[in-house]
Amino acid sequence: MKEMRIIVCAKQIPDPEAPLSDVRVDAENKEVIVDAPQVISPFDENALEAALRITEDLGGTITVLSLGKKVSDTVLRKALAAGADELILLQDDAFDKLDSYSVAQALADAIRKIGDYDLILTGRQAGDWDSGQVGLLLGEILGIPSISLAREISVEEGSVVVKKSTPEGYERVKAALPALVTVSNEVGELRYISRTRMLKMLKGAGSIPSWSTQELGTPSDALNKMCIVELSSPPDMRRNCQFLEGATPDEVAGKLAAVLKSLQ
Amino acid sequence: MGDVLILGDMKEGSLDTRTLELVGVGRRLAKERGGDLCVLLLGDEPGGGAAEAASYGPAKVYSVAHPLLKGFQPEFWLKALEQVCAQVKPGVFLMSHSYKGMELGPRLACRLGARLTTDCIDLAVDPQDGLLLRTKPVSGGNAISVFKCPGDPQMATVRGKVFEPAAAAEAKGEIVEIAVELDASMARVASLEVVKEEVVALDKADVVVAGGAGLGEEDGFEVLEDLRKALSKSFGNVMIGCSRVAVDKGWISSDHQVGLTGTMISPDIYVAVGISGAIQHLVGMVHSKKIIAINTDAGCNMFKVADYGVVEDFDKIIPALVEKLEGL
Repeated sequence: MKEMRIIVCAKQIPDPEAPLSDVRVDAENKEVIVDAPQVISPFDENALEAALRITEDLGGTITVLSLGKKVSDTVLRKALAAGADELILLQDDAFDKLDSYSVAQALADAIRKIGDYDLILTGRQAGDWDSGQVGLLLGEILGIPSISLAREISVEEGSVVVKKSTPEGYERVKAALPALVTVSNEVGELRYISRTRMLKMLKGAGSIPSWSTQELGTPSDALNKMCIVELSSPPDMRRNCQFLEGATPDEVAGKLAAVLKSLQ
Repeated sequence: MGDVLILGDMKEGSLDTRTLELVGVGRRLAKERGGDLCVLLLGDEPGGGAAEAASYGPAKVYSVAHPLLKGFQPEFWLKALEQVCAQVKPGVFLMSHSYKGMELGPRLACRLGARLTTDCIDLAVDPQDGLLLRTKPVSGGNAISVFKCPGDPQMATVRGKVFEPAAAAEAKGEIVEIAVELDASMARVASLEVVKEEVVALDKADVVVAGGAGLGEEDGFEVLEDLRKALSKSFGNVMIGCSRVAVDKGWISSDHQVGLTGTMISPDIYVAVGISGAIQHLVGMVHSKKIIAINTDAGCNMFKVADYGVVEDFDKIIPALVEKLEGL
């Protein structure tokens, strides 16, 4: 059997776990400003973990693609530290604030340029716009079978078998490769990466390939931006927290029990 | 200009509440645009649902029956939807942001050359150009964005429990049967088995005791289970919830997950234990009537949305609390 070739699409976003005070809405420029470090979108990390488990079992290589106006290789090198074989950044000013379809179109061009692949994994949705479209659109554009919301993925004899979450439980489905699977967090978190390994990867000499629309052959007038008419802050969700204190946990527990009793 | 078409869905033989919510918002949009509202139902036996939908007064109910539309194989549903759209030519097409809508929406939009906005909490018609104004929470809920997209039909998936369900109308809609051509070879994804699991219905809980990364390990949920049992004696329906991290770590199954991609809930009391409060979690529980947070980090988000806070190790406070509750 020929070696499995897996492509994982990973988006760089501001840390979605950032404290509320670090996020503000710039209504004038229609931008969400997050004063937090950039990370790999959590569901995309789940997708990478799923890919790593497959190649651990069956061998093969993992290529990580990340698209944006500017993608930080220090953020994405985490994927290499976790065990991915190759990282390709898709960077171009023309990639700024694209709509979901255009993102999928540019990713499809990159994947056609790579040429040979068996399985494409993406997160079920990104933690910034929460649109949940790019993976499924990519499958449609490439004309390959797509399976969404995977909680377990295995590859056997030229097919991918996926346990996908349903509202009542799960469904096991099967498709011939090449195929695309969108991954949910039930798959499990990205494996632990030791500090030494991370540092080694950050200092790694190898330069990371970066493709622009020119290299992809994507005509930049084929790409459309999101059209945001208005951006606003959500209603304030803060409340006035009354902290229960005491000399011992027992005393605090007593106060908490009294609060619960009063709410009964 | 094209009518407003909504994709209905059935649950145990009758229309689900999400469909009625779509009828409500769809009717308003049809009025704003100056067209009709039509309902579409797909299935192996959609007849009962179609008759029920007609009683809500749409202009038409399109009923598409085919044996291959039994259950939910997306590729058959997509082929059927493509054929229906080619015939009906809707101006607006709405679906629920449900299991089916999340899968069908993007894929159908791609096939129709349309642009979809997902998980909308409001929709309106721009009087200038007739395009849909699509309001959607973004950045996990940190901002609310209004999008406008070109293309035809105008497509959106709609969040549940946001719009009022429509009331029955006096005028009955006309039921129109549409035949679609499907064959088994169209499915490239084969269903091997469909398994029903026992899942918790978190949205039916009076009290939710939820745990997150701060529990440190799977065993932490046993401590929460003790609290759940103690609270059950005086609070009716008490259930265990969790943050996304707890699912990622494999400590608990995802039906317990609260938040944007889990269940959105508003119980009487939400007890958050060791959950720092990522925005995508907060949007799923912030409408709880009372929120109690237990966390060792006094600066975490959860305390900002809580009514009562305890800055302490859960392992110390909860066993003591269980004892006190049993003494009350």
